[in-house]
Amino acid sequence: MPGGSKLLNMWVGYLLTVMAWYACVQWLPIPSFQRLPDPLTVVVEWFNPDPDYGLSLFTGDYYLHIWYSTYRATTSFLLAVVLGVPLGILMGWRAKANEYASALLGILRPIPPLAWVPVAILIFPGNEPAVIFVTFLVAFFATTMNTLLGVRSIDRDYFRAAQCLGAEPKDILRDVIIPGALPSIFTGLQIAMGAAWFSLVAGEMIAAQYGLGFMILESYNLVQYPTIVIMMVTLGIVGYLSSALIRVAGNRMMRWRAEAIGLGAT
Amino acid sequence: MADRSSESPQATRGNQQTAGRALGHLEVQGVGKIYDPTGVRVEALKDCSLDIPAGDFIAIVGPSGCGKSTLLNILAGFDTLTGGNVLLDGEPLATLDAPPKPGPDRVVVFQNGALFPWKTVLQNVVYGLVVKKQLPESEANEMGMDLLARTGGLDRIAQVFPGQLSSGMQRRVEILRALINNPRILLLDEPFRAMDTVSKTTMHQHLLDIYDTFHKTVFFITHDLDEAIFLADTVVVMTTRPGTIKLRLDIDLPRPRNRHTITSPQFMELKQQAVSAVHEEAKKAFERGERELA
Repeated sequence: MPGGSKLLNMWVGYLLTVMAWYACVQWLPIPSFQRLPDPLTVVVEWFNPDPDYGLSLFTGDYYLHIWYSTYRATTSFLLAVVLGVPLGILMGWRAKANEYASALLGILRPIPPLAWVPVAILIFPGNEPAVIFVTFLVAFFATTMNTLLGVRSIDRDYFRAAQCLGAEPKDILRDVIIPGALPSIFTGLQIAMGAAWFSLVAGEMIAAQYGLGFMILESYNLVQYPTIVIMMVTLGIVGYLSSALIRVAGNRMMRWRAEAIGLGAT
Repeated sequence: MADRSSESPQATRGNQQTAGRALGHLEVQGVGKIYDPTGVRVEALKDCSLDIPAGDFIAIVGPSGCGKSTLLNILAGFDTLTGGNVLLDGEPLATLDAPPKPGPDRVVVFQNGALFPWKTVLQNVVYGLVVKKQLPESEANEMGMDLLARTGGLDRIAQVFPGQLSSGMQRRVEILRALINNPRILLLDEPFRAMDTVSKTTMHQHLLDIYDTFHKTVFFITHDLDEAIFLADTVVVMTTRPGTIKLRLDIDLPRPRNRHTITSPQFMELKQQAVSAVHEEAKKAFERGERELA
């Protein structure tokens, strides 16, 4: 079976990581490490129908946390796509738009999401918009920059060929710029999705009662250490799945590319 | 083998374009081009004049940097000129007052190929017809399939993406993408440059078949003298910068041409004449320290 050994190696990697974790907690002669729950404790708590700290696969609240975080990450991501892709295309297409926007992006982009938290609380009327704003920012910059890069990387000859064949600017936008930038846009979207998830933890510092990031901080305050790890692993899994979803969508939309490099040729 | 009775891809569809028969007469009159982007004057073209009758195959040869691509870019409408005029069928195409614009009457086939990799072969071929909404898409596709089929059975690759084709196959498709628009001139910018000798020979034969079928004016840029003489009715040798016309050589080799043409005494004699002209320019360019390709 092709890819079989790859899959095996992946599981060996997971196993080694879990073993290292176990070893750190159980055998390292550093007392502070022993505050961390070992893998077994976490798994038992996670699969416990009646969890010690109130959250497991069998409690409704667990899914409520996932739902809130997914909702926030998805909303932020979609906003980033809706605003970032057109802005990136405009910047790549029209030199003037680039001149206007690049200084702004250049200065705002390096500011980490955590630094936006106070401003977000001040300017937005409720918690929810503030969380989404903080989560949205990095995703937006990643989408915009990658789209811009994608448009810039299109060979000049494609523009010329389209012009020769009678294409007007709107045709060039539809038939050259968008499909030509698509590979880069999708790279940007994957980065943006990842960025949305890791900004979420900063954003959910604001949130009052639900969300994976919120619950990680909350469990720390309440000394519910296994819950911290459960929420972290859940965050990792959900984040991975959403990136995978974008990758699949990208391959669907860029069949020409998948076939040219020998993937899924029919 | 292609059907030789047809004049143009559209004519075979019962489209009575009898006026299209004699189109493609190109007059280049004293064209000059000076680049001055940073205050340093570079004269790329100087007083270039050419008269290319409709349906002629003209090959431009010269060392790199001689301005042959600049001339093509002016004809294609990608670049402006700074002196002279270009007329197409008696109408001004590019003048000082009216900068040229690209258009489907002069389609370029690019050196590195410019088929849209995100469109299938058929979508590429019919792009010009579809984008100008000349025909409903279904009719355009039918015409595209017909043209592909008549040109060496290429209809079998209609649904394939260009990335899966060899560079020779890509170039054939690109030529058809140009031809389907029934252009007055085909502008070929060293289209076979990156190919090995065997593929190149095959491509020459394909191009000649297409030329014999459709009889379009062809403006072909190359630095390969054998290629130029084998393909063209007229070979023009250009000088190094500033680019001017050094020699105009009529190639009276009979058509259809084939591999025996290259070894004929007539071919050798023509080559002899051209070689000395090219060699002289190549030497000048070399002495000026430029990259030599002739």
